[in-house]
Amino acid sequence: MNWLLVSAQRLRGLLGKGARDRELSEELESHLQMHIDDNLRAGMSPEEARRNALIKLGGIEQTKESVRDRRGIPWLETLLQDLRFGIRMLRKSPGFTIAAILTLGLGIGANTAIFHLINAVRLRSLAVSKPQELVLVQLKGGNRGFGVNAGNETFLTYPLWEQIRDHQKSLSGVFAWDSWDFTVGHGAQAKSVTGLWVSGEMFSTLGIVPARGRLLSPEDDRPGCGAPGVVLSYAFWQNEFGGRDSAIGSKLLVDDHPVEIIGITPQSFTGLEVGKTFDIALPFCADADPNPAENNLIRRDYFWVIVMGRLKPGVTLARTSAELDSLSPGFIDATVPTGYSNEALKTYKNYRLTAYSGGNGISRVGETYATSLWLLLGITGLVLLIACVNIANLMLARASVREREMAVRLALGASYWRLARQLLAESLLLAGGGAILGVAFAGFFSRSLVQLLSTENDRFQLDLSLDWRVLAFVAVVAVLTSVIFGLAPAVRSSRMEPGDALKSAGRGKTGGRESHSFQRLLVVSQIAVSLVLLVGALLFVHSFWNLMKVDPGFRQEGILIASLDLGKLHLSPERFESTRRELLAKIRSIPLVESAATSTHFPFAGSWTSAITVESNEGPSKFSWVSPGYLQTLQIPLIEGRDFNDRDTSASPRVAIVSQSFVRKYLAGREPIGKVIHTSPEPRYPAASYEIVGVVKDTKYADLKEESPPAESYAPASQFPAGGSWAAVLIRSSSPLAAVTAATREKATAVSPDISMDFEVLKSYISDGLVRERMLALLSGSFGLLAVLLAMIGLYGVISYIATLRRAEIGIRIALGASRQNIVAVVLKQTMVLLALGIAVGTVLALVAARGAGSLLFGIQPADPFTIVGASVLLAGVALAASFIPARRATRVDPMIALRYE
Amino acid sequence: MGDKNDVWQGTLALMVLKTLEVLGPLHGYGIARRIEQTSGDLLSVNYGTLYPALLKLEQEGYIASEWGVSENNRKAKFYKLTRAGRQQVVREAREWEQTTAILAKFLAAPEESA
Repeated sequence: MNWLLVSAQRLRGLLGKGARDRELSEELESHLQMHIDDNLRAGMSPEEARRNALIKLGGIEQTKESVRDRRGIPWLETLLQDLRFGIRMLRKSPGFTIAAILTLGLGIGANTAIFHLINAVRLRSLAVSKPQELVLVQLKGGNRGFGVNAGNETFLTYPLWEQIRDHQKSLSGVFAWDSWDFTVGHGAQAKSVTGLWVSGEMFSTLGIVPARGRLLSPEDDRPGCGAPGVVLSYAFWQNEFGGRDSAIGSKLLVDDHPVEIIGITPQSFTGLEVGKTFDIALPFCADADPNPAENNLIRRDYFWVIVMGRLKPGVTLARTSAELDSLSPGFIDATVPTGYSNEALKTYKNYRLTAYSGGNGISRVGETYATSLWLLLGITGLVLLIACVNIANLMLARASVREREMAVRLALGASYWRLARQLLAESLLLAGGGAILGVAFAGFFSRSLVQLLSTENDRFQLDLSLDWRVLAFVAVVAVLTSVIFGLAPAVRSSRMEPGDALKSAGRGKTGGRESHSFQRLLVVSQIAVSLVLLVGALLFVHSFWNLMKVDPGFRQEGILIASLDLGKLHLSPERFESTRRELLAKIRSIPLVESAATSTHFPFAGSWTSAITVESNEGPSKFSWVSPGYLQTLQIPLIEGRDFNDRDTSASPRVAIVSQSFVRKYLAGREPIGKVIHTSPEPRYPAASYEIVGVVKDTKYADLKEESPPAESYAPASQFPAGGSWAAVLIRSSSPLAAVTAATREKATAVSPDISMDFEVLKSYISDGLVRERMLALLSGSFGLLAVLLAMIGLYGVISYIATLRRAEIGIRIALGASRQNIVAVVLKQTMVLLALGIAVGTVLALVAARGAGSLLFGIQPADPFTIVGASVLLAGVALAASFIPARRATRVDPMIALRYE
Repeated sequence: MGDKNDVWQGTLALMVLKTLEVLGPLHGYGIARRIEQTSGDLLSVNYGTLYPALLKLEQEGYIASEWGVSENNRKAKFYKLTRAGRQQVVREAREWEQTTAILAKFLAAPEESA
């Protein structure tokens, strides 16, 4: 405890230094005087009395020094001294200081923003107790296309979850959940909210304490529970109920059922999925549908729940995985779906469960964006490096101006280390200023990035508060940058010979070739790094451009997709079919509509695969049930045979239209018309045979980047076996789609006010799918430009500086009769050498770096020679332009003046 | 004068504390003189050792200081023991006595016969 008291005292000793020094002097003085008084009294002469006292007491200055050392903390005092001196020096050249801090601020800000996002989607732990103990229970390798999938390969069926819940041993708690869209309120007030289905164990396993009321428990989540209660998120409670306590116990209308609000989750808990918050949570048992075929809690072929658990203390992830693996066969046997062919069931029977670390939550955005974000962090890191090199160059130029000052200090006995420390303190100040500014910029940048990644339908919600990881990142970056640009001048000052410096300082001539060679090295590295960034920028912009002009095989312009939900009408399959036809006819009758069709699937929205057999060839094919007019609406060319028409009904023979790829894959180019497709049975889709009546051109199916289109089959909507409650209507119109939307809404409401509708524009839907590519192209493009700009400034600075140093030489050349062109050539030659070296190194680096980005590129090779040559030419042009100005200036040297300086 | 010993740092603190305990508030010069006198002029105290030691004791909270006027009307800084200082004198004195007692035993021990 004592050292603590002493340290506190010593820290205090740093303050009020002047007053304490005076006090000490007075104290020592009075001590001396008293000693002299005594000596006088003892009979000495005044002079002798003083001499004796001084000898006896030793040096006053040394005493003061040792008292001072004990009073404060010497190294800290020196540091503060260095920093104070640094601030004074930086204030002397405000232009340099502002430029440096601003550059660093932008650089550090960009890096921090991207790290901030990576932290938010990848590294930040869930706001629950002991998140490191959480695990995700998933199928090893996903569900491999079996059954119906709600969007993610790693989802499980509800029956599988029940097996895990009832039989696992190595987890202290398990729970399941899924996010789901609900409608809250009624009529005009109805609105869509993001909800969660949760098992009763979820909140207690996560260790979440309610902000108000109570949370759902296993008692709430019992089969046949009806609607026992709903839990609201803190944000939803604040927005909808103004945070009033009276909300607890009141009823909330969820999907037209009144449900009692039983509690509020704490503010810190925003769900288990990164990038997505939730509004309400309901227990799974409330999802029971009276129709067993639609009951998600019974269906064994519907993969839709996420299972998580908490490790028992001392149990490892590996042990849990091993246990789950050994239990899997039992779980699988108990939940085999019916209605599938034995062939299809083989996939199901090979499933094995395993556990993954789950403390960071589910991060679908993380998986999608992680590679791009790390890549962007690399890019911004390189930009910052270029900025640092620029500042290092400026610092070197400043250092050579201050060489005389340094020489004097060295001559007076300062150590090299002391001088280096002084210079490093200045860099640290710049970096510190840059870091503070950077944090401010980062907030703005990361919000803009989130905007850039959000689309209309897919809002990206992230917790972007600063945490220790981000602050540590900023600190490390700041220190690293200050070392990078501060080390060069510091090292150089430690190599200085004070005598030489003092001699040459008066003549405006500094250093030797050595210092220039260091600056040249910096320029070469700058050019190399800029080339890497420029190549990256061109590759990503080119790749995005390729994606934009990809032909999907259908016309995406002017298509509106209306998703109609007829669930509330509770129609029989026959009535559903007639209502669907009625709706389509009404929509077609709108004058603005050129054509319209329904389909069970629209481009780039999920995937629907069936196992088929054609003439002894087996394999998968995509399947869509479309109404007549579908091909015309999407303008997919019919190559052979006929389109569907109104004579294809549920009673007529089953027919199909297939894609060219289908013909290539299964019929090896033989005449397809008249051949028969046999489908394997699936629940609600009994085995059936379809006669091929037409062939259409291939279209992209799942996304634009698809290399080769899959085999596709279309069947008439009227022959859809499974009935349903949902229809997508694709509407082509050359009128503004907003007007079409309004007219469609009106027509559908006229059929029944209980139809809920959702509209999307196909073109924006598709371009929303390219949001990652757009971000990469935009950001790498801007950073590439920024890099070139920074390199240009750096080169300009160095060439000007070297030209100034060579003034005498140039003066002599001019005096000896060199022409302006000669002089420009001399200066430019220097640039050329640097440029050639930089581009050579940069090309090698770019080839290595681009290979890592290969998976993010479309339609262009990472080592595209045109891109590299183009980038080099561009960079060379810019570099020559940047050094042409100082070269021209050098020709204006008056030989007389230049020589007089010698 | 050449045969006078400088005070060891470790013992100086105890001497200062003891001096203040016996004489009450006292300035640096007084403390130095008192230590020299008590030692029968065998010890010599100079600024270089005394003032850092006083500062250390002050930082440790064993003594406190304030400005006052000396017996012959000179402005001087007076040091006095704090409550913690009084306890420290007792504690350190006991430790020191133990150490010297043990050492004394060693020195007085008769040579063992081989």
